Amino acid sequence: MLLRHTPKEVAERKALAINPAKTCQPIGAMYAALGIHGCLPHSHGSQGCCAYHRSALTRHYKEPISAATSSFTEGASVFGGQANLLQAINNIFTVYEPEVIAVHTTCLSETIGDDLNQIFEKARREGKVPEGCTLVGAPTPSYVGSHVTGFSNMVKAMAQLAEPSGKKSGKVNIIPGWVEPADMAEIKRLATLVGVPVTVFPDTSGVLDAPLTGEYTMFPQGGVTIKELKASGDATATLAMGEWCSADAARWLDAKCKVPCTVLDMPFGLAATDRFIDVLRTVAGVTVPDAVAVERGQLVDLISDMHQYLYGKRVALWGDPDQLISMCEFLVSLDMQPVYVVTGTPGKKFEERIREICAGRPFEVKVKAKGDMFLMHQWIKNEPVDLLMGNSYGKYIARDEDIPLLRWGFPILDRQGHQYFPTVGYRGGLRLLEKMLDQFLDRKDRDDPETSFELVL
Amino acid sequence: MKTGILEERRDQIHRTGEGAIDIACNRESLAGAVSQRACVFCGSRVVLYPIADALHLVHGPIGCAVYTWDIRGALSSGPELHRLSFSTDLQETDVIFGGEKKLEAALDELIDRHGPKAAFVYSTCIVGIIGDDLEAVCRTMSQKKGIPVLPVQSEGFKGSKREGYLAACKAMFKLVGSGDTSGISPVSVNIFGDFNLAGEIWIVRDYFRRMGVEVVANVTGDGRVADIGRCHGAALNLVQCSGATLDLARMMQEEYGTPFLRVSYLGIEDMADSLYQVADFFKDAAPGIVERTQELVRDELARLMPELARYRRDLEGKRVAMYVGGSFKAFSLVKAFRHLGMQVVMVGSQTGTKEDYAELEQITDPGTIIVDDANPLELSAFIKEKDVDLFVGGVKERPIAYKLGVGFCDHNHERKEALEGFVGMLNFAREVHASAMSPVWNFVPRRAARIAAREQEAVNE
Repeated sequence: MLLRHTPKEVAERKALAINPAKTCQPIGAMYAALGIHGCLPHSHGSQGCCAYHRSALTRHYKEPISAATSSFTEGASVFGGQANLLQAINNIFTVYEPEVIAVHTTCLSETIGDDLNQIFEKARREGKVPEGCTLVGAPTPSYVGSHVTGFSNMVKAMAQLAEPSGKKSGKVNIIPGWVEPADMAEIKRLATLVGVPVTVFPDTSGVLDAPLTGEYTMFPQGGVTIKELKASGDATATLAMGEWCSADAARWLDAKCKVPCTVLDMPFGLAATDRFIDVLRTVAGVTVPDAVAVERGQLVDLISDMHQYLYGKRVALWGDPDQLISMCEFLVSLDMQPVYVVTGTPGKKFEERIREICAGRPFEVKVKAKGDMFLMHQWIKNEPVDLLMGNSYGKYIARDEDIPLLRWGFPILDRQGHQYFPTVGYRGGLRLLEKMLDQFLDRKDRDDPETSFELVL
Repeated sequence: MKTGILEERRDQIHRTGEGAIDIACNRESLAGAVSQRACVFCGSRVVLYPIADALHLVHGPIGCAVYTWDIRGALSSGPELHRLSFSTDLQETDVIFGGEKKLEAALDELIDRHGPKAAFVYSTCIVGIIGDDLEAVCRTMSQKKGIPVLPVQSEGFKGSKREGYLAACKAMFKLVGSGDTSGISPVSVNIFGDFNLAGEIWIVRDYFRRMGVEVVANVTGDGRVADIGRCHGAALNLVQCSGATLDLARMMQEEYGTPFLRVSYLGIEDMADSLYQVADFFKDAAPGIVERTQELVRDELARLMPELARYRRDLEGKRVAMYVGGSFKAFSLVKAFRHLGMQVVMVGSQTGTKEDYAELEQITDPGTIIVDDANPLELSAFIKEKDVDLFVGGVKERPIAYKLGVGFCDHNHERKEALEGFVGMLNFAREVHASAMSPVWNFVPRRAARIAAREQEAVNE
């Protein structure tokens, strides 16, 4: 029993987190920055931060993750990190030759008060930024919010590159939020299918799912280009997926560049995908083609085939707010019961949304923002569930309590392939359903007594 | 793309046989380098965290605790408290008003609930900046709770992993001497610098048991607070992993006069040599120990060598590059690969010293690239230049090797097979074989042609 140290009794905790359900801002900024074409993320802080984020992202995406660091020393921590960052910018453009450097701060550089914009200005003045190259910067203090906040801050910094020309481009911006490379590709595919030209940012497809060619390149083919980001101010509309991940960037474009935005839930599951397609159709003024209707019909078809097995199943979920909101809605629509929902990310609104989604259903939901996996385990110890859904950090609970775990979210440190299979959209729904039913029926086949073990299910 | 080598880094790279070796090392990484190195906190955390019955509380923002949560498979035969992640999760208000109260409350709650034998409190960058008095809080809590509560001064920006090792050793040294040493055999050792990845320390302990040597404390794999408390009663310290625990051995030598030997349990020669060194040390106190050790090594080798030969047949002539943390591993690996008939063409280390690199030059073939603190572009360039078949490294290097169509062996935190001891050599050979010989590389455009050409060459010969 790995978690033998978890007592059943839940007591109020104020001073600490145990087995966290979040991590710190900079890693989110680093992931977002990898969705810019030709971009080297840069961590303005100690060496360890950068090494940790790269390792964590490598473990999840199974891809080389390059990022540079300001390598703070004691001196920099006392006198400020300007000299380090200036030297870093110079070195990076000289040696690694990226088109973009996306700098995020850390708790250290935030606390000593480094001002990225001012340092960027100095770098440009001193000719450290080659012609055609770009610096992007986002403040990401580790002691505020979570990795989701850091992601959002970098995405907002990307939006702030917009340079409206005054002429509408007819394109639609889609801000997909923190999803897998395959999800970003799937969103682009759906938009193309509906016939809407889009700019997706960030876009890690083609970056973190790159093919093996026998060559190593720091900057794979994919990613949104700076040219596209500059043009995002000319778009007809912005669709932002997720209040926590994407809304800030979209609202900024709305306020500063007059690009009207719609903040949507992430398109996980049937209803959320319906809303996505509907808004896309409306803002672009197009008719949804049959091909999309067919995909939707297939998802409904599979749900009908499976519904008897899903009915009433109790699920515990953890992860990030935007993903959890859509997933809860999907589960409820499948007649399942998301009874425990935890995110480490702060936000009262999150708890409200989850309660709304579960209201009037035949179960009571326990939901916690700023929660952790220790609390989740305590809840489960008091009353178990049929399925766990979330990142790899649930595997201790899965093992100790003998409950199947469907890995979904970030990070997944112990399974592979997830970056290739979307879980957004109708097709993503198919995959989620298949994975869910496999969990239940594999368990049934394993646990059923011989007398009720059957070939056909 | 240029060669990927910063001008300022040229003196951190050397080729064996090309002039005198004078690698500039233990140098801070250049700002802007895509360095594979980590920070002070990381160093302290990896050394101390395997102590399984201690509480490990990270005082800082959440990330530092999350990124070091159970990432190293440091196995325990008993308690598992070390595999949980505890953080004071500092918020903006704490940064402004200080985090001491929060730290105290966290310790209060955790010590009461989990009853650990000791608590390690890790300082992080931000704590160093806001100036929380870790020492004072730990002293108060120690008095209040009646267990050692030890501050680990591991502010990330104060150096590299190396300084973190020292901070960890200082914290552990405060435990040493607190326990009763009665009943400890005069033929006894402490195992330093083994972290029980994949159960490795159990293999080594078994060898010592068979030799008749008592192991007092594991530092730190499968470690226990009480064992460390009485480890000054052991006759000898065995130090593996040049950086991590050498400082503790030196402190103990000074304070308690405990001598130490530097050993390595990786590879046949180093494993055998380490056991022989121990036997030799105790030959007067324990008659027959030399013979027992010889017999042990003979037994193990008799089992190992025929199996190793099977792997060697396939691996003969294959080329290896490695990039490791501490360079002690590199020494052992160079020798281990020789047993597999493989040729080491590049050796790199994150934290090697001048002496380490000089020694590496001695044991490597002419033309071998020796590099300190490399970046991915350099690694990639070297791998291609030397047409490498297998790369040995850590988590960040694995996908780089794969992208280049090259086999990989994790010799770092994420190894899943025990690689120490004689049996470890066999596991190692199997792992190397599995990856270097995988048919998947035949599908890789860059390598397929070369592999075919090499095979053709072999046929022509």
